[in-house]
Amino acid sequence: MAREEFDKELSILESQLVIMSGMVEDALLRSVKALKNRDIDQSQRVIELDDRIDLIEVEIERFCVDLIRKEAPIASDLRRIITILQISNELERMGDYAEGIGKINIMMGPEPLLKELIDIPEMGNISVDMLKKSINIFMKKEMENLNETATEINELDNKVDSLNEKIVTELLEIVKNDSSKAEKATYLMWASHNIERFADRSTNILERAFYLVSGDSFHGTTELQKHIDS
Amino acid sequence: MSTDNNQIKSKEISEEKIIDFTNPIIEINNLSVKYGNSLAIENVTFSVPEKKVIALIGPSGCGKSTLIRCINRMNDLIPNAKVTGNVLFEDQNIYDNNVDATEIRYKIGMVFQKPNPFPKSIYDNVAFGPRVNGLNVNLDEVVENSLRKAALWDEVKDRLNDSGLDISGGQQQRLCIARTLAVNPEIILMDEPASALDPISTQSIENLIKEISKDVTIIIVTHNMQQAARISDYALVMMSGEERIGRLIEYGENKQVFDNPKDERTEAYVTGRIG
Repeated sequence: MAREEFDKELSILESQLVIMSGMVEDALLRSVKALKNRDIDQSQRVIELDDRIDLIEVEIERFCVDLIRKEAPIASDLRRIITILQISNELERMGDYAEGIGKINIMMGPEPLLKELIDIPEMGNISVDMLKKSINIFMKKEMENLNETATEINELDNKVDSLNEKIVTELLEIVKNDSSKAEKATYLMWASHNIERFADRSTNILERAFYLVSGDSFHGTTELQKHIDS
Repeated sequence: MSTDNNQIKSKEISEEKIIDFTNPIIEINNLSVKYGNSLAIENVTFSVPEKKVIALIGPSGCGKSTLIRCINRMNDLIPNAKVTGNVLFEDQNIYDNNVDATEIRYKIGMVFQKPNPFPKSIYDNVAFGPRVNGLNVNLDEVVENSLRKAALWDEVKDRLNDSGLDISGGQQQRLCIARTLAVNPEIILMDEPASALDPISTQSIENLIKEISKDVTIIIVTHNMQQAARISDYALVMMSGEERIGRLIEYGENKQVFDNPKDERTEAYVTGRIG
């Protein structure tokens, strides 16, 4: 088999991406748990974790540029490297959302929460599940799995959107009844919004994986849905 | 990579391996070539759109050079070579008995891997074709225009009487292209024209190919995938199996072949995993 070294390097690159993805999952789950438990130390650790996630993104980018320079990749090799670059960029932003929740928790100070968090942790769990599924599609690179899982991920994204809307409605209701709670409510809205964006980025990863597997680029899940339907 | 003038009728490339152009300049049907008893290429069928660059790619020994040599009957010069099938050019099979092979070679010129200028002056190299053909043209004009089209004029205009062998390899190759252009060909076949050149000369040959393809159809054999991806409008992939018989396995637009090949053998070849 020719290009064994190149194949090895691509596998290492993918392993780095999987590690980065694991760190991002960890960051989101920890940030939500810290918010729920009002654990400032834990939030601080999430912020530190984001620095490590940023470093991995830089490493992956350098690795990709090196491979492009050395190997002049073409066809599926080129798509694989481009996809890795794009996904690592998505993961970096997702890490920022987790970090954002950590900062929100710190900004909220020692005050107790407006109410016990139920929907926000659920949003976090669903979003992490979406990320796992999207990364799994990328790693498997199989068209058959893509169709079913893509539909599932889109449904989960809708669920996250609905939960976000529900949270915002509830919080606005609280503020309407007691304007002194506006600041605390806004913090929680930010947290919810961050998770909703995190989930959106998971669907972006799904789209990147779609490009890798099919060779067709597209914009947005509507187009993906059309492809799945056809 | 506009296909405005060459609308693709059939998209079923993977099954048919044929792109059906409305006004192809060349149509090749069931072309097979034997050297003695040995079959070199078998049942190759494809058509070529006008004024486009077609890259012919595939591993060594898959029959690319054999195929390209069929397009202007260069295989006539190889003893024991037997061509079956047909190559339609200007509504006629160029292998018909009444076709003059020499005339075909002026209309379908060829540039080889190694620059092969004649041991004559730069001027005489370019003027050779029109003179031999007895063309009633202003030779000075033809020489200047051909050298300009070949992006060589500015470099040699003050030394037209120097030997064609006294210029650099890259310049010699452009001189050979100018020589081919001097007889107004409709197609130029190029067999790895830049493989013996340095990167700068390669770049100028590639620029030149893109430029002259506005007027002339180019069919180029290259082993350089990046070069094929850079300069071609369409790519045709050949491959031979254990029996060493070359066959066309994929033919498609540049973007399709180099971004997302349909045939897994093409994918393996363009990504450097076979060949």
